[in-house]
Amino acid sequence: MSPTEEITPAIFAHLIRLAELELEPQEAEYLRGQLNAQLTAIHDMASIDVDPKTPITSHGVPYPEGARPALREDAAQPSSEAEAILAQAPETEERYLVVPDIPHTDLG
Amino acid sequence: MTAELCDLSAEDTARRVRAGEIAATSVLDSVLRRIEAIEGRAPSAEGYVPQPDDRLTIHAFITRTIERARRQAETVDAQVHRGENPGPLAGVPLAVKDIFCVRDTLSTAGSRILANFRAPYSATPVARLEQAGAVTVGKVNLDEFAFGSSSESSAFLPPPGNPWDPARVPGGSSGGSAAAVAAGEATLSLGTDTAGSVRQPAAFCGVVGLKPTYGRVSRYGLIAFASSLDCPALVARGVRDAALALGVIAGADAHDATAAAVPVPDYLATLEAGVRGLRIGLSPDYFRLRYPDPATGEMRERSIEPEIVEAVRRAAQRLAQAGAEIVEGVAMPNTRFGIPAYFVVSRVEAASNLHRYDGVKYGLRAEEPVTELAQLYRKSRGRGFGVQPKLRILMGMYVSAEQYEKDYYRQALRVRSLLRRDFTEAFDPAGPYRLDALLTPTTPTTAFEIGAVYGDSVLMQYADLLTVPANHAGTPGLSLPAGFDGAGLPIGLQVLGADFAEAMILRIGRAWESLTQEEPWRKARPRILAEAGA
Repeated sequence: MSPTEEITPAIFAHLIRLAELELEPQEAEYLRGQLNAQLTAIHDMASIDVDPKTPITSHGVPYPEGARPALREDAAQPSSEAEAILAQAPETEERYLVVPDIPHTDLG
Repeated sequence: MTAELCDLSAEDTARRVRAGEIAATSVLDSVLRRIEAIEGRAPSAEGYVPQPDDRLTIHAFITRTIERARRQAETVDAQVHRGENPGPLAGVPLAVKDIFCVRDTLSTAGSRILANFRAPYSATPVARLEQAGAVTVGKVNLDEFAFGSSSESSAFLPPPGNPWDPARVPGGSSGGSAAAVAAGEATLSLGTDTAGSVRQPAAFCGVVGLKPTYGRVSRYGLIAFASSLDCPALVARGVRDAALALGVIAGADAHDATAAAVPVPDYLATLEAGVRGLRIGLSPDYFRLRYPDPATGEMRERSIEPEIVEAVRRAAQRLAQAGAEIVEGVAMPNTRFGIPAYFVVSRVEAASNLHRYDGVKYGLRAEEPVTELAQLYRKSRGRGFGVQPKLRILMGMYVSAEQYEKDYYRQALRVRSLLRRDFTEAFDPAGPYRLDALLTPTTPTTAFEIGAVYGDSVLMQYADLLTVPANHAGTPGLSLPAGFDGAGLPIGLQVLGADFAEAMILRIGRAWESLTQEEPWRKARPRILAEAGA
């Protein structure tokens, strides 16, 4: 078995578009190679028979009644940090975040 | 270099500061002198050009928060002067992994995309440590967003060095934490453990690393990697210090719905109870390594390093002599799937968490002119993220795509349940093993050289083979120093426990520490200290 070519250049190009990443050509080739190498390891797990009734959990440790924190009241709490948080933004105008044009896209 | 205030344990430091015997400011001065002596040039995200001297020093701190630390230390001293109690960690120097928000400090996650991010609030575990009197000396280096096992993927370079041999990695992703604590640049460090990121570097640097149960410690203010696995964790030089600090940071938090409402015991109270009558397991599944050959992709199997096997066996024997019952042949059959399942689950969660970095709200925005928003995203993320985040985003999107998720993401979640079942059965009081703890090696190898593995993302991930199962299961784990290999590099011994059984694994760890206290290897000090003091 040689390292898989499961992620082809076409699939890779699609993933990059979805991920909103601009890559240098050399970097892209390295990343695609690494992804395929990782898939070889992943196949070791993907190929085993697992009872489809095996439960899926959102994390390893169960949260039984009592260990689960009570939901807090859904109450608005004003933050005193608004200015400090806004000051982190690369570009603002009168407390609005400034972004470039968002062109019309036809989602068909 | 002779032992100084910065080499004291956290417990002794706090006790002597509270008693007025030493000033918190003197402890801080001692730590700053140590940092000055061994740290070398500060890691930077601006165009790294390696220098030969970089391999001689530690480079643990991305940011030193000296003025802030000075104010904290002075506050502690003033409290003592007024007859008040500054808390259980009074004056204890703390290094915080730079993936936690600490108010008014740069909080970079080791990434160019957050290089200028100044946290407007402090993470809950940081706030609790500081409330208990700890003095935050600085923010320490890590793999970018904690993605790695060597700390080499940080955007801030040079990468940290291992105090026992600075040409080797300190492990990762909490490499700066382990290196700083091992070398006396801090007495405690707050790190994180998502696949072994505190236990593995603790093993590589010859210190104690404690990963609590998932949910034992709040994640509020922790820059997210894989939200179902991330766990704030501790690095200390001794088990008592780890227990002391866990008592401070553990417990429910209104800011984190996954912080469990489970009472926090006094972890120091049962620490010296010994191991008589405890059932401690050994599993053959933790002594072999199954990994894909980098050249052919074929799965290979081999034993872990013989000196590490030997160290764990010796530890089991010592614990048996102290009255523990060693249970051999514990079946943990899904251990080998820990890394493949992690390759899927952690990537899906990382990809999701990394979508927030867009060059709009905070963090890096690409400077070249753009005509539309998507172009801004692509350029900012392309420049801001290093190789590791990009790999995780792309893999996460692939294995969770509609047409593949059944074979990959959903399968990985089921395999996680199988890994969890291994632990449930091992610790089941009505099961065949009825263990109090499982004793394993922490890592398949000791610390490797800087540059030796980096670049091969598969081999690097397998460094976490023996630690990641506990992250899947959510259960706690402790890495302890267990001697040295032939090259003088530390070996780590891992104690794994049941849900919320931190008191039990700490008790076993403390017993191991007491049993070996007089052994010659306990007297060894990191090479960097010997050289700096020559």
